[in-house]
Amino acid sequence: MKRTRFNANHRRLGARMIEFVGWDMPVEYKGIIDEHLACRTAAGLFDVGHMGEIHITGKDALAFVQHISPNDASRLSPGMVQYTALLTDRGTYVDDMLVYCLHPEFYLLVVNASNTDKDYAYIVGQKDGFAVALDNPSDRYSQLALQGRRAVEILQPLTDLPLAGMKSFTAAFGKVCEKECLVSRTGYTGEDGFEIYTLDPDPGILWDAIIEKGTPLGLQPIGLGARDTLRLEAKLPLYGNDIDETTTPLEADFKWIVKFKKGDFLGRDVLVRQNEGGLARKLVGFEVVDKGIARPHYPVFLGGSQVGHVASGTFSPLFKKSLGLAYLPLAQAVVGTEFEIGIRTNRVKARVVPTPFYKRDY
Amino acid sequence: MVPQNLRYTKDHEWILADGDTATVGITDFAQKQLGDVVYVELPAVGTVLAVHQTIGTIESVKAVSEIFSPVSGEVVETNGRLADAPEAVNQDPYGQGWIFKLKLANKGDLEALMSDSEYETRLAGLEH
Repeated sequence: MKRTRFNANHRRLGARMIEFVGWDMPVEYKGIIDEHLACRTAAGLFDVGHMGEIHITGKDALAFVQHISPNDASRLSPGMVQYTALLTDRGTYVDDMLVYCLHPEFYLLVVNASNTDKDYAYIVGQKDGFAVALDNPSDRYSQLALQGRRAVEILQPLTDLPLAGMKSFTAAFGKVCEKECLVSRTGYTGEDGFEIYTLDPDPGILWDAIIEKGTPLGLQPIGLGARDTLRLEAKLPLYGNDIDETTTPLEADFKWIVKFKKGDFLGRDVLVRQNEGGLARKLVGFEVVDKGIARPHYPVFLGGSQVGHVASGTFSPLFKKSLGLAYLPLAQAVVGTEFEIGIRTNRVKARVVPTPFYKRDY
Repeated sequence: MVPQNLRYTKDHEWILADGDTATVGITDFAQKQLGDVVYVELPAVGTVLAVHQTIGTIESVKAVSEIFSPVSGEVVETNGRLADAPEAVNQDPYGQGWIFKLKLANKGDLEALMSDSEYETRLAGLEH
């Protein structure tokens, strides 16, 4: 099993470890609900060193990113970050990812751990005709996410980067705890916060210093369990649950990352047709009205017949009820639609509600 | 150390026999594995149970787990407190987090269950 460079830090804190896509990762420390609420009210620290990092360098770096991404990377200047997808030629998701423009000829892609090797092989297969060099240095990167309303307060004493003036979806190189880092104002929780990347071979002090600064302010270390409940409340998609090689960004309600006018890109033809011809289905957020907790793969029924499955579903620690995401036929993919979810032998009522379920108020 | 006065199942449930009635819950190991319990689906009073019959479910934030009847009998009471305070299963698994009580159909069923020391041996085996 692979280990991040913070593995010993987790074990010292008594984390419960599990295997996640080949990585030995913390699933919880104090408990999912406690950790979740700490992140919502103060801050949380996540080890996300399992994520993949892919480098695209060279004269055609931008043109290549434009080819593989439906979003418009030409809008990025160095220090800007963009959420986008990696699509098949059928317009479906190979993965979702962040694109960092670090230099006009250097782009960093941050992809899901479960997909890193697949993505890299796919991207390498697209390289013909582009003057670019590709590299997958994922194993050399460590990554932490510090999320929550107190993130600036916690991180500022540890870095020479002026954090308060840093805009959302921007990134900068600087030192954190005297270690060279790339810090971006991004995250996967719906909170303000930062993602911190480093190539330092011994970055353990970053974890310990943030824990030490943050604990008096309410910060907790957060495992994969609460990472999932946090991202779901913010309606941030999870690859494998909400998006995959059978779904398109239009169906997943991510039309804003598809920039038809920017020129050609992988999957564009299919998406143009889908956009003009109308979608068959769309991803919506729902709450369970009756007792019970919706979970991935549970069947979804409309008017008595099965129309699909729950994509993501969990108990929401903030709202104290079961929330989830599911694909519904377009006509029913509107707020207020009532449908049923098969939970073991019962069919329980659920209702489409506005999303994101959680939107920060600061 | 697990309580000495209980008997245990391989599904990590405990049972406390008192005359011909018995109380059933899940062990500390089980609640730790589940994490934060948020919903317990309880059996109806009067339900007649066979050994190892599924009689309900425990939902934590991240998982769902079935509750089995460790012995045969009839459900005589369920822990109503769990409707409003399911976290009692985490906080006090051997006490206020009990799940249901049953009238034993066959006291001999208890003999097939593990003693505290047998259960501890089993737990030690799971930790390696």
